Amino acid sequence: MLLLANRISLGTFHVIKSFLPWIKSNGNSCNYVLIGACLVLFSSCSAPSNVEKAVDEQILHFGLGSEPQYLDPHLANSVSAHNVIIALIEGLVSEDPKTLKPVPGVAEKWDISEDGLVYTFHLRKNAKWSNGDPVTSHDFVYSYRRILNPELASQYASMLHGLKNARKYHEQGLSWEDAKVGAIALDNHTLQLTLENPTPYFLELLNHYSWFPAHPSTIEKFGAFGKQGTAWTRPGNYVGNGAFILSDHKVNSVIEVKKNPLYWDAQTVTLEGIRFYPIESADTEERAFRSGFLHLTQTVSPDRIDFLKANNPDLIHFESYLGTYFYRFNVEEPPFDDVRVRLAFNLATDRQAIVEKVTKGGQLPARCFTPPGTGGFSPESRFRFDPQKAKALIKEYLDEKGLKSLPKIELKYNTSEGHKKVAEALQGMWKSHLGAEIQLLNMEWKVFLSTIAKRDFALARAGWIGDYVDANTFLHMWRTGDGHNNTGWSDARYDELLELAAQESDTQKRFSYFEECEKLIAENAPILPIYFYVHVTLRSPTVKGWYPTLLDHHPYKYVRLESIAGNN
Amino acid sequence: MVKFILVRILQAIPTLFVIATLTFFMTRLAPGGPFDSEKNIPDEIKEKLEAHFGLDKPLHEQFILYIGNLLQGDLGPSFKYMGWEVSELIAKAFPVSAQLGMLSLFTALLIGLPAGIIAALRKNSAYDYFLMISAMFGICLPTFVLGPLLILIFSSWLGWLHPLGWYTFSDMILPSLTLGLFYGAYIARLTRAGMLETLNQDYIRTARAKGASPLRVVLRHALKGGLLPVVTFLGPAFAGLISGSFIIESIFFIPGLGRFFVTAAFNRDYTMVLGTVLFYACLIIILNLVVDIIQASLDPKSREK
Repeated sequence: MLLLANRISLGTFHVIKSFLPWIKSNGNSCNYVLIGACLVLFSSCSAPSNVEKAVDEQILHFGLGSEPQYLDPHLANSVSAHNVIIALIEGLVSEDPKTLKPVPGVAEKWDISEDGLVYTFHLRKNAKWSNGDPVTSHDFVYSYRRILNPELASQYASMLHGLKNARKYHEQGLSWEDAKVGAIALDNHTLQLTLENPTPYFLELLNHYSWFPAHPSTIEKFGAFGKQGTAWTRPGNYVGNGAFILSDHKVNSVIEVKKNPLYWDAQTVTLEGIRFYPIESADTEERAFRSGFLHLTQTVSPDRIDFLKANNPDLIHFESYLGTYFYRFNVEEPPFDDVRVRLAFNLATDRQAIVEKVTKGGQLPARCFTPPGTGGFSPESRFRFDPQKAKALIKEYLDEKGLKSLPKIELKYNTSEGHKKVAEALQGMWKSHLGAEIQLLNMEWKVFLSTIAKRDFALARAGWIGDYVDANTFLHMWRTGDGHNNTGWSDARYDELLELAAQESDTQKRFSYFEECEKLIAENAPILPIYFYVHVTLRSPTVKGWYPTLLDHHPYKYVRLESIAGNN
Repeated sequence: MVKFILVRILQAIPTLFVIATLTFFMTRLAPGGPFDSEKNIPDEIKEKLEAHFGLDKPLHEQFILYIGNLLQGDLGPSFKYMGWEVSELIAKAFPVSAQLGMLSLFTALLIGLPAGIIAALRKNSAYDYFLMISAMFGICLPTFVLGPLLILIFSSWLGWLHPLGWYTFSDMILPSLTLGLFYGAYIARLTRAGMLETLNQDYIRTARAKGASPLRVVLRHALKGGLLPVVTFLGPAFAGLISGSFIIESIFFIPGLGRFFVTAAFNRDYTMVLGTVLFYACLIIILNLVVDIIQASLDPKSREK
C-alpha cells in the first residue's frame, strides 16, 4: 500500500511537471526545484497587500459592488456607474468634497439672471479632453442634444426636462432647431442655459451624470449619437475630460483608471489611479477588505454589523444617505382602500424598535417621507407610534364593514435577508397590535419589479434614493400618474402644490408647499415610511480626503492615501 | 469509429436546436425584462429601448432572427454589459473557468482515485471506514461552507494565500481545492464501488493465480474495469467543472463563466442566457462523445456494439 501511494505521488509529480514546464527533470534535483517552487509560491503571498503598497503607489482599491451596465454618462443608470464615470468625466460644475456644494468645474464662473431662469457659464480655456481637444460649449450642447434624442432612449433623459423646451424635443417629436431648446453656445467658451422654472437646486443637478459632456467626434466615430451599446466606452476608445482616463476594463473583474495628465486641475490630483472591483458578495468583499485587497467596501452584510461594531469600530462607518425605506399600500384594493386601515398600520408601526433591534446600522426612524434636512427642508414628524389609536381605528373599520377580523394580507418584498427581517418584525407588530394576519412573500428582483409596476400587491416594500439634494426628488413621485407612484393614490391639491413649488423661487414659500405635501401624505397614508437609509461601509484609515456626504459622492481629486502613524 | 463520431455529431444538431428553442421561449416567459429597473421609465422610452434591440418585434420573428444570427456564429450583444458581445465575454471567461475546472478535476482525481482504490483493497477495514466517512463528509459539506472555511485557515490564520482573486498561480490553489475536494469525494466512492466489482471477477483471480504482483493486478487488470463508472461520471462532471461554478467564482471573485451564467438569468440578459446555455450544451455533447470513445477503449463489450 505504501508502495502504491508512492507510485501515485510520483505520477502526481509528472503531472505537476507538465503544468509547470520550466521545472527541469534531471533526477533528484527536480524534487528540490519543486519544493523551491512551492516555497516561492507561498512566500509570494506574504508580499505587501494592495493597501500596504498603495501609500507609495497612490492607487485606490475600490469595492464597486456590481458591474455597471453602462459607462456612457448619457445612458448610465446605477450607483456603480456613477462611481466610475465621475472619475472619467467632469461636468460644468464640480462638488465640494465635504458639502457637495457646487464649485467650479469645466466652467470657471457663471452668472444667474435675476429671475433665476438664465444661467451663463464661462468655460475655462485650459479644460481639455483626454485626446488633447479643448472642451467647448458646443460639446455641452451636443451632449444635451444626444441624451434628449428620443432615439437614444436614455433612462435619465428626464433629468434635463428643466431646460426650456427640452420636453418638446424629447417627447413631442420636434426637431432640435424647431423646439428651440434652451441650451445655446454663445461662443466656444460661453454656454447659456435657459430653464422652464427657477430651479434653486439647478447647479447641484449639474453634478448628475446625465448633464455630463461627451466627446462629440468620439461619439460620432462609433455611431453612438442615437445608438446604445457601441464600443466607444471601451478602454482605448473612451475620451473623457475628468481627472482620470479609462485604462483597463475586464468585465466582472476590474475597471482601472489612471491619472489624466491633461486634466486642467491635475496638480490637485494626488491619486495615480483607481481600481474598481465589482464584488457582488458582501462577505467576499469583507474578506477582501480584511486582507488588504480593498481600501473600501461598497456595503457590509447586515449580519456582520454587530461584530464589526464591537471589534473594528475604527473601520466601520455609518453615513447618512439620502434615501427612505418604506412600504407602498395599494389604495385601490381592500382593506387598504380605506384610509383608516392605512393609518392604523402606520400607527401600529414602532419605527424606533425597527432601527434599534432589526436594522441596527444607525438608521433614523422615518416619521415623514422626505429625509429631514434635505436641501434645508425638514418636514414635521407626523407618522407616530400609537397602538391604542391604531386599535380604535381598526375596530371602527371592522364594525362598519361587519367583519370579525382583517382579511389575510400579503406583504411582498424582493428576496433579501435584510428586507425579510424588517418584514418579520412588522408582521409581529401588526399581529399583536391589530390582530392582522400578514403573509410574507419574497420575490426575485425582476419579478418583483414587474409586480409593482402592474400594481399586483396589497402591501409591498420600496425604497427611494434621492437623485439630488432637494425635497422635490422625493415628493415628485406621489404626483398623479407618476411612473413611481404605483399606489393608485392621487390628490389634485398635492399635484397643484408641486406645480406651485416648481414656479416659486422664494425658499420659505417653496418649503411651505412641500410641508403641505408632507401633511397630505401623512393624512392619506398611501405609504408607510419605515426608516431613512444609512450607508454602511468599511474603509481603511489610510484613505484621506474622503468625507461622509448625503449622496455618497466623493470627488476623487481630493482623495489621497497616507500611512497611519504607529500602524505601519 | 469515424461513422460513430459522425452520427453523434449529426445527432447533436437537433439537440442544440431544441435547447435553443426551449431556452429562448423560457427566458421570455419569465416576468420582467432586461431594461426593468427601479427607475421607472415612461412607456414610450421603454418601447424605444426595446426597439433598439429588436425586442419589440413579435416573438416568433425575434426567434427566427436569433436562429439566423446563431447560424452565422453571432450570439448578439449582451444587454447587461453594454458594448460587449456575448461571444466575446464567453471567450474571455471560459479560459478562466476551464483552468479552474481542470485544476479542480486534477485535485479531485488525485484525492479520489487513491482513496477509492485503498478503500476497495482494504474493504471493511478501519482505512475503508475512515476514507468513506471522510468522502461522505466531502459530499455533504457544501462548497459555500468549505470555501470560506479554507479561506479562514489558509488566508486569515496562516496568511499564506489571498482570500480572493485570480491573479497569481497561488490564487488558484484555494478555489481548486474547494471544488476538487467535493468532486474527489464522489470519485472516491465511485472508484471503490467499481473496484470492488472488478476485484471479484474471474479474470482477476486468474491474474492472481498466474502470479502477477498485487500492484500489477490492481494497476493493470482491475483499474481498467473498475474505473468505468468514474469515467461515466467524469464526462458531465468535467463539463460542469470547466464551464464554471457560480458559487466558487462568487466566493473567490473569479471572472469565470459561472458568474455570467447565473447572473444572466437574474438580469434577464436574454442573449447572454442563450449564449451560455448553448455553450454549455455544446461542451456536454462533446465531452459525452469523448467519454463514449474512452469507454469503448476501456470496455471491449461496448466496442463490439
